Amino acid sequence: MTLGLRLAWRNLWRHSRRTWLTATAMIFSNVLLVFMISLQVGSYEMMINNTLQAFSGHLQVQAAGYNDNPKMRSSVPDVESLTGQVRAALPDASVAARAAGFALASSEERSFGIQVMGVQPAYEPLVSTIPGLVSEGRYLDDPDAAEIVIGSVMARNLKVSVGDEITLLGSGRDGSFAAGVVTVAGIFESGMTDMDRSFAHLPFAYFQETFYMDGHGHGIVVSLAGLDRVDAARATLVSLVADRPGLAVLDWDALNPGLRQAIQADMSSAWMMYGVLIVLVAFSVLNTQLMSVMERTHEFGVISALGVRPRKLASLVMLETALMGLLGLLLGAFLGWLLTLYFHANGFSYPGMEEAAARFNLPDRMYPAITPLSLMLGPTVVFLFCLLAAVYPAMRLFRLHPVEAMRAA
Amino acid sequence: MSGSLPIGAISRLAWRNLWRNYRRTAIMLLAIAVGVWAMIFMTALMRGMVDQMIEDGIDALPGHVQVHHPAYRDDPNIENSLAEPGADFARALSSPEISGWTARVRVPAMISSERDNRGVTLLGVDPDGEVALGFDPDDIVEGRWLQGPDDTGIVVGAKMLERLETDLGKRVVVMSQDPDNNIADRGFRIVGVFRGKLAAIEESFAYAGKGTVQELLKMQGRVSEIAVAGADYRDVDRALAIVREAAGAGSETLPWTELDSYLGTMMGVMDGFVLVWIVVIFLALSFGLVNTLMMAVFERIREFGLMQALGMKPATILYQVLLESLMLLLLGLVVGNLLAFASVAALRDGWDLSVVAEGMEMFGAAAVLYPALATRDLVMANIVVIALGIATSLLPAWRASRYRPVEAIARA
Repeated sequence: MTLGLRLAWRNLWRHSRRTWLTATAMIFSNVLLVFMISLQVGSYEMMINNTLQAFSGHLQVQAAGYNDNPKMRSSVPDVESLTGQVRAALPDASVAARAAGFALASSEERSFGIQVMGVQPAYEPLVSTIPGLVSEGRYLDDPDAAEIVIGSVMARNLKVSVGDEITLLGSGRDGSFAAGVVTVAGIFESGMTDMDRSFAHLPFAYFQETFYMDGHGHGIVVSLAGLDRVDAARATLVSLVADRPGLAVLDWDALNPGLRQAIQADMSSAWMMYGVLIVLVAFSVLNTQLMSVMERTHEFGVISALGVRPRKLASLVMLETALMGLLGLLLGAFLGWLLTLYFHANGFSYPGMEEAAARFNLPDRMYPAITPLSLMLGPTVVFLFCLLAAVYPAMRLFRLHPVEAMRAA
Repeated sequence: MSGSLPIGAISRLAWRNLWRNYRRTAIMLLAIAVGVWAMIFMTALMRGMVDQMIEDGIDALPGHVQVHHPAYRDDPNIENSLAEPGADFARALSSPEISGWTARVRVPAMISSERDNRGVTLLGVDPDGEVALGFDPDDIVEGRWLQGPDDTGIVVGAKMLERLETDLGKRVVVMSQDPDNNIADRGFRIVGVFRGKLAAIEESFAYAGKGTVQELLKMQGRVSEIAVAGADYRDVDRALAIVREAAGAGSETLPWTELDSYLGTMMGVMDGFVLVWIVVIFLALSFGLVNTLMMAVFERIREFGLMQALGMKPATILYQVLLESLMLLLLGLVVGNLLAFASVAALRDGWDLSVVAEGMEMFGAAAVLYPALATRDLVMANIVVIALGIATSLLPAWRASRYRPVEAIARA
């Protein structure tokens, strides 16, 4: 331990109660920040993963303009062979072709407008959670069969169960009248009423034939191992479709434009609040250090009369602040980690959370994510602001006149 | 000197003591002011967002109370309909608690232009009743609003118009199911285009005359829902009771808090959040407050000893320190409140958040934020700061009054 460090440490404990009070203010904010940031990171991750797994995947190849305005005619020609090429180019990814349209679905008793999607039964389970959510019957298995898998609310509203027939009426890719009769093979239950009410899966080849797709599809869905793989995979896809005009590669952000913005909006409102907390802690530090400098005026006067430069005195004050800040940082991060660890294991919930969760595609308990970033980000920012707050008290030492200072009590 | 000083003298003492170390007091004052500003201003922002979310949500429902066939909400089918309310119902609803009501046909349908088709919620409405319930005719950006229950035109959202690649004045075909499960279809001319506050509304609703839709679906004299607007959405209990009484058995009457449970819980969640936020900010402040008072007491130990030796009662010293704290808190509150008022006033024309509009829509919120200063929140913030502030000052004040005169004088 160098002399300066030892001096700073001892000075800190001359007023142990004051130091502890100030450090506790830091610890309080740090615990809160660690927990809140971990909770945010955890819920964002969950929100993104759940949304991507339910439907959009990480990347899609579509006809340019289809995402903004999904029309039957904005389609990808020769989609199955392109899907094969994508699969070969991205061996680690799951890839599936899709086609989509609207149809009026009628059972014996009821009719509703629904969204029908043509999917590849062999590959769809790898890119979407829907096939795994089939609660009655089974998922599609034959690409040619006249079968359909529908949501549970739709089944209830149409008053059909597994084995019943549904008539589909819609228009084909060329605008002509499209019709077909399909048997309900399975019923899925995602828990999201909108999805369960209006979504249905048909085998890809059957969809092709019924809606006169002529080999066209509406999207190739690519599901990757994680968000960090998106950039590399997108580059691969862009070069793959470069020779095919009219096609576009979209990442999850473009496919779910609300998602990133919702996260941004939530993040910025959260940081406004964290900012207030941090500023209040900084005021606390400013007050403490200012007092600590002023009550030592006499002492500092003596030391500078002995030839110690103001710069040395100022750095002593900064060192004291840094030590106090470090105490707050370490204890705060540690206690915050303990608190987060508890909720990481047990989940966190508040009244009203269930309704909000259903809306944002989240489970009704949140699990904070413990990452180095979520643990250290808040405490580090608090630490830096505390150092910043100590600059004014430290600067005062440059204006110290030894003789006058020694006269002070 | 008598044992108990007059209150005027004590407060003068407290006030002067407060400014003996003006830097320390000024910093603490600033901290309290920033804290109070944050409590009030941030709460006003959140309140503004949630109020707007709820109001937009209620406009989309619409109404504060709705009556349906008991099976309708799970199965929005034409079979699950109600008899159109008659004169008795209208009489029962003529109460100051009810500001308007309308009956509507609401069925899922397919809408097709010559270019494309989409699923839509077809609303057969009484145009005047819809306006009474919150539909704003100024939202019609092209063409006109419906002119009566028997208008044969249709009004669609701007987004839907784009999706269907059609235009004002063109015809669209609407298909739905009649009670016998026959497909009923009819051509409608697009007479108006509306813009909704949320894109989802623009894309999912189409308005047509109630009489026309009833005729199309062979359901004369029947409706899907009755929507009622009460005097204040925050307090729907009395309106609910009136409507429930009028609607009678065989139907389901629910307030908006249950019709849209997400919106319904938002208000309660918001109240909880405001309290947590105010207390958290106060806690962050309290460390500084205790510290400041502790220091102020510590450097005056000798003085307190002397005062006691001269006959001042310990209680008077306690009051004096508490009074110092109270003055500090009140000053901070005044500045903080003024800052908050100024910030809210500066944003009264709204805060444009359209950069994250689609994200805000995910929360069900619009892109322009109007802060809403609620008296309740204002009172709560001020009371929390005063009450908890005095409570945290008790310890330093008590300590100040407990020094033994002789020891205290000997100490410095």
